[in-house]
Amino acid sequence: MKHFDFDVIVVGGGHAGTEAAYASARAGAATALVTLRRDAIGAMSCNPAIGGLGKGHLVREIDAMDGAMAQVADRSGIQFRLLNRRKGPAVQGPRAQIDRKLYRLAMQGLIGRIQGITVLEGEAEDFLFDGERVTGVALVDGSELRSPATVLTTGTFLRGTIRIGETAQSAGRVGENAAIKLAERMDALGLPLGRLKTGTPPRLDGRTIDWSNLESQPGDRDPVMFSFLSKAPVARQVSCSITHTNPRTHRIIEENLGRSAIYGGHFDSTGPRYCPSVEDKVVRFADKKSHQIFLEPEGLDDDTVYPNGISTSLPADVQERFVRTIKGLELARIIQPGYAIEYDYVDPRSLRSTLELRDTPGLFLAGQINGTTGYEEAGAQGLVAGLNAALKRRGRPPVTFPRSQSYIGVMIDDLVTRGVTEPYRMFTSRAEFRLALRADNADQRLTPLAREVGIVSEKRWRKYSEKAERLAVCHSLLGQYSLSSSQAANAGIRMGRDGTRRNGLELLAYPGVDIAFLSRIWSQLAVIDAGTAKQIEIEALYANYLKRQRKDAEALERDEALQIPDHIDYRMIGGLSGELTEKLLRIRPETLAQAARIEGMTPAALALILATVKRGGKRCAA
Amino acid sequence: MDTIFALSTAPGKAGVAVIRVSGPEAADAVYRIAGMIPPARRATLRVFMDSNGGFLDRGIVIVFEKNRSFTGETVAEFHTHGSRAIISSMLRILGGFSGFRQAEPGEFTLRALRNGRIDLTEVEGLGDLIDAETETQRKQAVSVFEGALARKAEAWKETMLRSVALLESELDFSEEELPDSVVPQARSLIKRQRLELEGEARGVAAAERVREGFEVAIVGAPNTGKSTLLNYLAGREAAITSEYAGTTRDIIEVRMDLGGLPVNLLDTAGMRDTSDPVERIGVGRARSRAESADIRVYLHEGEGVRGIGLVPGEQDIVLRAKIDLAPDAKVPGVSGKTGQGVAGMIDRIVSVLGQKAGEVGLATRERHRQAILVAAAALESAETELLGQDPRIEIAAEEVWRALRAMESLVGRVDVEHVLDEIFASFCIGK
Repeated sequence: MKHFDFDVIVVGGGHAGTEAAYASARAGAATALVTLRRDAIGAMSCNPAIGGLGKGHLVREIDAMDGAMAQVADRSGIQFRLLNRRKGPAVQGPRAQIDRKLYRLAMQGLIGRIQGITVLEGEAEDFLFDGERVTGVALVDGSELRSPATVLTTGTFLRGTIRIGETAQSAGRVGENAAIKLAERMDALGLPLGRLKTGTPPRLDGRTIDWSNLESQPGDRDPVMFSFLSKAPVARQVSCSITHTNPRTHRIIEENLGRSAIYGGHFDSTGPRYCPSVEDKVVRFADKKSHQIFLEPEGLDDDTVYPNGISTSLPADVQERFVRTIKGLELARIIQPGYAIEYDYVDPRSLRSTLELRDTPGLFLAGQINGTTGYEEAGAQGLVAGLNAALKRRGRPPVTFPRSQSYIGVMIDDLVTRGVTEPYRMFTSRAEFRLALRADNADQRLTPLAREVGIVSEKRWRKYSEKAERLAVCHSLLGQYSLSSSQAANAGIRMGRDGTRRNGLELLAYPGVDIAFLSRIWSQLAVIDAGTAKQIEIEALYANYLKRQRKDAEALERDEALQIPDHIDYRMIGGLSGELTEKLLRIRPETLAQAARIEGMTPAALALILATVKRGGKRCAA
Repeated sequence: MDTIFALSTAPGKAGVAVIRVSGPEAADAVYRIAGMIPPARRATLRVFMDSNGGFLDRGIVIVFEKNRSFTGETVAEFHTHGSRAIISSMLRILGGFSGFRQAEPGEFTLRALRNGRIDLTEVEGLGDLIDAETETQRKQAVSVFEGALARKAEAWKETMLRSVALLESELDFSEEELPDSVVPQARSLIKRQRLELEGEARGVAAAERVREGFEVAIVGAPNTGKSTLLNYLAGREAAITSEYAGTTRDIIEVRMDLGGLPVNLLDTAGMRDTSDPVERIGVGRARSRAESADIRVYLHEGEGVRGIGLVPGEQDIVLRAKIDLAPDAKVPGVSGKTGQGVAGMIDRIVSVLGQKAGEVGLATRERHRQAILVAAAALESAETELLGQDPRIEIAAEEVWRALRAMESLVGRVDVEHVLDEIFASFCIGK
């Protein structure tokens, strides 16, 4: 009998690591959280904000699974804004500026309070093995921790190199060491590694900024929270400000491009297109005379300001010169120069949808190490990896997330089937079932699933059940009442007199019709509360499209349920073209749905694969 | 889940044709075309009607109920007379029903497999099918879309990609400094595209290959008597012939009627490696034109057809040229001087093209026409959504995506990455 110290070990205390440990513990696993410094758990190393378009959806989904990020962000948010407020509900995303310190403390509080997590300070430098299987980690101090499942969430720490101008230093974040030994170990495992880069802007001293003439951007008057359990912000609310670069700024940047780490030819890795450095902006969009900068406070009792929009790797003296050409920043003092960071990532196509490495059982990867960027993307992966690590330990079937049901599923599927060419960030356009995957219904999509695997608190389940009940009652009420077309027209609804009767739900699809309107016709509807009414109205708005998409989603889900075993040898399937065979061998799809998305796949080829799978299954059973 | 349909019997003129329909709405199709749904598994003679109730054909219809059919879904079979016009009308009517589309090769089998309704050994045949079908499909696509239409499809893709990128930028990057004109710009692109597709759909039916004519290329090394043969066929000095090798530099077309089929005979430049730059261009052009022709007649003088940079396909015709000068040749030959062997050559051309006339037509063209119509309708909805003060951009985007998906067979798959590329190339995105 092997002795294990823990059921699950999580290495790293960032956004992926905390979410992984929190999910693992809720799933009943004795979990160790190994991190360099206990007080850095939950640190936000980039911009002080959570959520946004696509990202806000992810946070809602983490919350629907009863994860940590949404609750912690609600406790530490200092300016809440619902993005795309004037656009359709499917593309609205909650976002908040966050007080870094409050966030860290709230996260540490949550991790400290939950049963089942042991926080250990230390640096993991190697894995323990039993054959190919990872059975724990060895720490720098010589101690060993054994467990059947390890979740690695080392962010940008794998061979991280920070560059400011012509200088380079090895580091994971500013002021923290890179994990080099672990990276060497990953090399030895033969994992396909790639290199990515990202950048940050200089941090400014808010006391040296002249705020008086800058455009101010307050939060929403009726803040929308991340968590389904939160009601209102806790922390004091503040505003951000907006300023702009100008031709003088651009001239200084242009003149010094040769000294930029990115433009000086020091990097050969790929940076994100959607988060260009200010050098990139000036070069690629030379005709644009100014670029917007959001001045974001890092905390209530912190004077540090994050100037979102001018990430740079120019030398410190050039940073100071160009910053001081900007309105409001004429006398600004730089607390810490901006920098570019380059780091290793593991090609996520080597992962299963549970985020366990296909060829190294027992080792799960989550977060930036898989080539993603962003707290939200990291947190969502942490949840998937931590939950599945715990389920595996308990001998329970894994939980996978269909593309048709969550942004989490879209992200995992994109990662494991397509890999990344730049740091992967969520956009709503990545979700082909976008109209169904909304922030407002994340709980309806995911909480029952989370309940099924036992990671939902009683409090949340009660609240969710009440909401589901209210929706059901409202549905049935609206279904009971109906109007003929002429009655409807008389009531002021714009429709042709076609003689058809339409019930309340159907009437909601017409312009100008909402539940308030209908309750003037049927006073019984007045009992419906505002939240429920809104949700029903959203469903009605998209009803036709949702019905159409449902058909596609069902076909997809059925193919997602058809597993392709690892051992299938595509070279033995007669009739597949050489090109297709090569792609299948490289991608090794886990399900028929993944195989179907491979470019050049045809129904006939899919039928051959399916037949081979079925035949293999028969042989095993015999 | 779409209801799919296809002509299940061999294409071309035949006594009886069977069109098979499978999917949730299959019985509905029977009701709409045959006016009633007969009891399951009973062959029933009915009059088939078009969408306006007009007489189409008298034929047999059979319905197989769910779980007791070849695919496991509801299946209907229409047995019609094997005329091309009837088959074409049937396919067009089915394609006009919402939720219906033509089956892709192997798709019936795939559905049968998914529903556990097929013996696994039956799938073996699919291996050959993939090679054969994808190759013919590709060739058909190339030949049907060679030239003007292929360029159009490329332009459509660009326009739709650009429209969806504009809309997506408004959705995913609304915090960025985007120009105010994004939505109106998208709307005008969508409208332009929709009008063009509608025009095209009207045109496709008329622009039949049969009207345009088949292409038969005469190829071979220089001075093998290609032009002489053409002149013989055309009965006039269409191509300039001379004793010097390499005279024909441009491709010469002569239109004629062969066995009732409209044919463009192409006389191409003699193919050889050459240092003359002008001739080299001519040879290159001749090769690519010859490759896209429906069939090729290879002429050689006893040395075979190696060395001209083209390999004869199965249906191509290889002939010993100037057969009048080689009376002892053991291989089939032809002479443009005496006319020896010309009749046999024409017979073979006509027989190959006759087969193609059945094959190239219907399925491919009808499938494309329907794809274009679905796309045009989706774009029209998108336009409507973008009208007014509060455009519903996310719904419009959904419609443009639907148009792109419908047109996949013409324009290839458009991936969200292409759209993101377009956005990041056009706008300075990123804080």
